[in-house]
Amino acid sequence: METLFALCIGFLTSCGVFLMLRGRTFPVVMGLTMLSYAVNLFIFSSGRLNLKGAVVLGTSDSYADPLPQALVLTAIVIGFAMTAFLVILAIRARADLGNDHVDGSMPEPRHAKKERQK
Amino acid sequence: MNHLIVVPILLPFLTALLIMLPPVHYSPWRRRIVSMLSTSILLIVCVLLLLQVLADGVTFYALGNWLPPFGIIMVADLVSVIMLCLTAFLALGAICYGSAGEDEKGSFFHPLFQFQVMGINGAFLTGDLFNLFVFFEVLLIASYALLIHAGGKNKTKAAVHYVVLNLTGSAIFLLALAVLYGTLGTLNIADMALKVADLPQENIMLVKVGGLMLLIVFALKAAILPLQFWLPATYASASAPVAALFAVMTKIGVYALLRVFTTIFGEHAGPLSGLATNWLWVFGLATLFLGALGVLASKDFRKLVANLVLVSVGSLVAMVAFQNTAANASVLFYTVHSTLICGALFLLADMIAVQRGKAADRLVAARRVNQPILLGSLFVLGAISVAGLPPFSGFIGKLMLLQAALDTEKQFWLWGVLLLSSLMVLVGLSRAGSTLFWRVSGMQKADERALPLQVFAVLWLLSASLLMMVFAGPLTALSFAGASQLGDVINTIRTILPASGVLP
Repeated sequence: METLFALCIGFLTSCGVFLMLRGRTFPVVMGLTMLSYAVNLFIFSSGRLNLKGAVVLGTSDSYADPLPQALVLTAIVIGFAMTAFLVILAIRARADLGNDHVDGSMPEPRHAKKERQK
Repeated sequence: MNHLIVVPILLPFLTALLIMLPPVHYSPWRRRIVSMLSTSILLIVCVLLLLQVLADGVTFYALGNWLPPFGIIMVADLVSVIMLCLTAFLALGAICYGSAGEDEKGSFFHPLFQFQVMGINGAFLTGDLFNLFVFFEVLLIASYALLIHAGGKNKTKAAVHYVVLNLTGSAIFLLALAVLYGTLGTLNIADMALKVADLPQENIMLVKVGGLMLLIVFALKAAILPLQFWLPATYASASAPVAALFAVMTKIGVYALLRVFTTIFGEHAGPLSGLATNWLWVFGLATLFLGALGVLASKDFRKLVANLVLVSVGSLVAMVAFQNTAANASVLFYTVHSTLICGALFLLADMIAVQRGKAADRLVAARRVNQPILLGSLFVLGAISVAGLPPFSGFIGKLMLLQAALDTEKQFWLWGVLLLSSLMVLVGLSRAGSTLFWRVSGMQKADERALPLQVFAVLWLLSASLLMMVFAGPLTALSFAGASQLGDVINTIRTILPASGVLP
C-alpha cells in the first residue's frame, strides 16, 4: 500500500511540475491543481497509513490520527478557492492582454527570429 | 482570560463585514470613515497590547479555551506586538491615502484592505504553524484582489505571476508542514521547539528537509535572491495604497524566518540548530547587493522603491543569520523603519507621477511638478531616511545593523556589502530626485494638486522616521527587550506549556 501511495503522489507531483512549467495559463492551472492533489495526499499520509482505523478511540482495534484529516480538509477548501480565483484571473488576463501566455505576450518562434535577423 | 490578544484579528474582520453592509456600503465617505476609524482603533488596541506585554511578558490566548499543545493559540510577545503596531500604523497611512480617491477606481477596496490587515495580524500573532499557513492564505487572497484593484494590463500581468508563484509556495508550505507533523507530531511552535531538542536519530534528516522547505516558502514571501524576481514588477504595478501595504508583506516573511529559525531551530535544537543560517547569510547579502544594483538600474521611480524594499529585506535576512540578541534587536528596529519609509515612498511616487502628466514616474525629462517645494521636501526627507544618512531613523537603524556585526568573522562582508549598497542607493536616489524635480521640459505646469488627505498620509508615515529619531533610546531598548524575549525560548515554552515536565 505504501508503495502504491508513494507512486501516486510522485506521479501527480511530476505531472504537476511539468504542466506548471508550460507557457500558457491553462496547463499551469492544471499543473497547480495536480500539485495540490499530491500535497493533499501527502498531508494525509503524515498521520501514517492504516486500514480500518476509526478516528474515535475504543471503536476499533487501531485508531487513525484525526489531525491530518482536519488539515487536509482545510487545505482542500483553501486550494479550491485559490484555484477558482486563478481561473478567473487567467480568463481576465486572456481578455486584457489578448493572449493566454503567462508572460502576457507570445514569444517569437525561433525560425521567425532567424529570418528577421537575415 | 485576556481577550485583547484576539482583537487585532477580529476588529478588521468585523469592519470588513460592516463596510459591505447596506447603510455603510452605499456612500463612499461612510466606507472611508468606518475604515479609517476602525484602523485608528486598531492602532490604539495594538499599543495597549504592547503596554500589556511589556508589563506581563509573553501571554497567549487559547481559542475556544482548548489549551496547547492541542488547541490553537495566539501568542503575544514583544516581537509580534511590535509588528502589529507597525502594521496598524502603516495601514492607517495607506487607508488615508486610498480615501483620497484611489479607492473608488475599483470595487471593494476597503473590505479587501481590512481582510488583508486581518491576515497580516493573524500571521504575526499565531502560535501554530498550520494556522500561520491559513493566515498567509487569508492575506494572500486579499492581496491578489487588491493587486488588480483599478485594473490595467500591467496589473493583470503582474498578478498572474504573483498568484501562480504564491500558490506554488503554498503547496511547498503544506509539504513542509506534513513532513514536520509526521515526524514531530505537533505543529504548535513552542511544542515543536521542545520536540526538536530530543529527536530520534532516524528522523533528523526528515525534519531537516521540512525545515529547509519552510526556508524556501518564507524566502519566497520575503523575496530573497533566487525567489525575488516577482517583487519589482508586482510592487511597481500595484496602485499606491496597496503597494504601501505590501511593504509589510515581505517583512512577514522575515518575521516567519525569525520565528521559525530562532524558536524551533535555535541554539537549543541540538543537531538541527542553525539549520538555515548559512543559506540566510549568503543569500541575504546577495539580495542586498542585487537590490542596490536594481536601484541604480531602475527606469521609473516606483520600480526604484520596489528595489529599495529588496535592499531592506536583504539586510534584514543577513542579520537573521547572526542569531544573537543584538542582531535580532537591529532586525526589529530596522524592520519598523524600512517598512514605514518604503510605504511612504510608494505613496509619494504616486503623487509625483500624477503631477508629471504623461511621463508619470519614469525617470525622464518631463513637465514640472505643480508643487515642487512640498513634494521635493517630502522626497528629500524620505530619501535621506531610506539611504541611512544622519540624522533620521535610517541612520540609527543602519548603525544598529553595523554594530551587531562588530568583531565577528562576518563583519568584513556585512560592513562591505551594506556600506557599498548604501552608497549605490544614495547615487540612485540622487539621480531619481534630480531627474524628477529638475530635468523639466517647457514651462507649462499641471493643474493637479496633491489632496490634503494624501499629504497627511505621507506625512504620517514619514513622521515615524522623525519619531524614531527623537525616541531612539526607548525604542532601541524596546527592540533589545523584544530580541531577548525571542531568544529566551525556554521561558516561552514554560509559559505556553506549563505541564511539560521535561524542561532542561
